[in-house]
Amino acid sequence: MKRILACALLALAFTPAAAQEKSPFADYQRMTAEGSPVELFELGGEELWKKKQGPNSASLERCDLGQGPGVLKGAYAALPRYFKDVDRVMDLETRLLHCMTTLQGRSAAEAAKRVYGNADSPSEMEYLSAYIAAQSRGTKIAPGRSHPKELAAYELGRKLFFHRAGAWDFSCASCHGEDDKRIRMSELPVLSKPEFARPVMATWPAYRVSNSQFKTMQWRINDCYRQMRMPEPVFGSEATVAMNMFLTATAQGETYRGPGTKR
Amino acid sequence: MAGPMKMRATLAGGYTDVRVLMTHPMTTEQQTKGQPHFIQNLTVKVNGKTVIEGEISQAVSRNPVFSFRLKGGAKGDQIEVSWLDNKGDTNKTETAVA
Repeated sequence: MKRILACALLALAFTPAAAQEKSPFADYQRMTAEGSPVELFELGGEELWKKKQGPNSASLERCDLGQGPGVLKGAYAALPRYFKDVDRVMDLETRLLHCMTTLQGRSAAEAAKRVYGNADSPSEMEYLSAYIAAQSRGTKIAPGRSHPKELAAYELGRKLFFHRAGAWDFSCASCHGEDDKRIRMSELPVLSKPEFARPVMATWPAYRVSNSQFKTMQWRINDCYRQMRMPEPVFGSEATVAMNMFLTATAQGETYRGPGTKR
Repeated sequence: MAGPMKMRATLAGGYTDVRVLMTHPMTTEQQTKGQPHFIQNLTVKVNGKTVIEGEISQAVSRNPVFSFRLKGGAKGDQIEVSWLDNKGDTNKTETAVA
């Protein structure tokens, strides 16, 4: 009982002020999360992680996600971070592409050919992202914040977040910059503020009930750029990783509890 | 081919709560212009004895989740859930009550 109370208090402490009153959004979120098939994607991802593929006929089991080769526990919650072997900051999807080319011997083009799947046939990236993120449940979000390149990625991400461009002169902040805005039954969290970024970043990647698809964080960023009518960013590019770094760093300290379930 | 299934069965207060996830496209007549693909029969067995025989329809979502409560039960009881779809595909999963 005490534990339940403590959890409830903790949850309250991290919930944006708007959601503290009886929020229809919270109810809706709770109801959609019941019966989420996220675990099926985790199972699919585990299979792919161990499957021998590519010219080297190797699995990804020796892939170093930052905690050492093959270590999955807590790895997602510590990304994005700087990787010495490639001298750049990477997030989960970018690092997976790297492992597919180095360990499995696949070409970068082939590995990145189908990063977004559909309901009938989810992509490798989506399955793997579900499986790996799930191994960080209960771990505090703590991306790399010490290496100069990590700091630079954060700065670039922050700038991109507020940078207005494109046919509509939009920035991320055009939608995610003001309190109490929503699109239909989805709240628009002010992602530059920790209290809003925390619950969001703690539950991505996520399963979307409206189209029965599992979505990666790279997809989320890509789709925001599509909605802003900007040129399509490259999957795993410096810009999208920087954006992910900015959002994750803003949410740092929150306990990861995904993969989540969204509308 | 039939994708993975996942099941949990937990004993609490004299009841066994079972929750099972299954991978299936569950497409309807309308979506497929007459070539629907959906789970038709669902069978639940406890220690080999059939306790539920269910018929479901196209009206169930993709990747369905079912949860139900069985009266009684003991730790270690074997629960088996299997499905059969309209194209004759089938899959099953088994777990012990925890």
